[in-house]
Amino acid sequence: MTATVGVVVFPGTNCEADALEAVTSLGAQGRLLWHGEADLGDVDAVIVPGGFAHGDYLRPGAIARFSPVMDGVAKFAAKGGPVVGICNGFQVLTEAGLLPGALQKNKGLKFLCQPSVLRVESANSVLTSQAQVGDELSIPINHFEGNYTCSEQTLKQLQDEDRIVLTYVDNPNGSLGNIAGVCNETRNVVGLMPHPERACHELLGSMDGAVLLRSLLAS
Amino acid sequence: MKFSALVDVRLREGISDPAGATIERALPALGYQGVEGVTVGKTIRFTLEAETLAEAQTMAEELCASFLTNPVIEDAEVTVEAAS
Repeated sequence: MTATVGVVVFPGTNCEADALEAVTSLGAQGRLLWHGEADLGDVDAVIVPGGFAHGDYLRPGAIARFSPVMDGVAKFAAKGGPVVGICNGFQVLTEAGLLPGALQKNKGLKFLCQPSVLRVESANSVLTSQAQVGDELSIPINHFEGNYTCSEQTLKQLQDEDRIVLTYVDNPNGSLGNIAGVCNETRNVVGLMPHPERACHELLGSMDGAVLLRSLLAS
Repeated sequence: MKFSALVDVRLREGISDPAGATIERALPALGYQGVEGVTVGKTIRFTLEAETLAEAQTMAEELCASFLTNPVIEDAEVTVEAAS
């Protein structure tokens, strides 16, 4: 059966078309979920894509978190539904309390838009189940607030529970522990700053994002 | 009664502050020497209705903790007084 992926759209989201295109190219159906609707309908997975939800006013994700769709996403996640937040979507999920930590401004003071090499640290998540630990994936980043931070206690918990799913091989933004992506306790909610949907076609220079989105579609 | 609230939001110690760092680096070129520790935060002002000052303070602090700041990266000081 074809999986249906819901792609959340806030005012200011700008990666929804890329996400739809990527999941469609991998054989799934995509459906946009407008932020004002709390009912997600019949979807098998949810992507919270990148952009500048609500203009990133106050803080990235701070206002998006109160959108009705986030109630639906939280309920879907609580039932074990797979949810992936990419870039601004990751920021939204941390603000919503679905993932720990926060994304602060890049250490190097610059907006970064470049390829990055990620290492798969855990294959035990909805985004990495079809990858192998140690795999290196070339996937672009495109952010100013992508520098992952959390308390020492949270970092230890993430390490002890194998919840750091992706790290940067060459840390571009100062992220604590080189963290590029983390998952929740039940491993069905994953957030990452890099954009796997932009690395799903050879014309884009890398197809390494496909293994991640295929994992999502299979979960 | 109407109260006015002022929320002074600062990045926590150790949190990256590119705006502050950039301003600090620009100062010598403008002829200012010895200016250090530049940090950039934000100030949020609003008025609110409450019965007492204590109630207004509690309401403003709740709003601050649940929405206006992210405690992972920010600290805030909330000042509430009777609106003039």
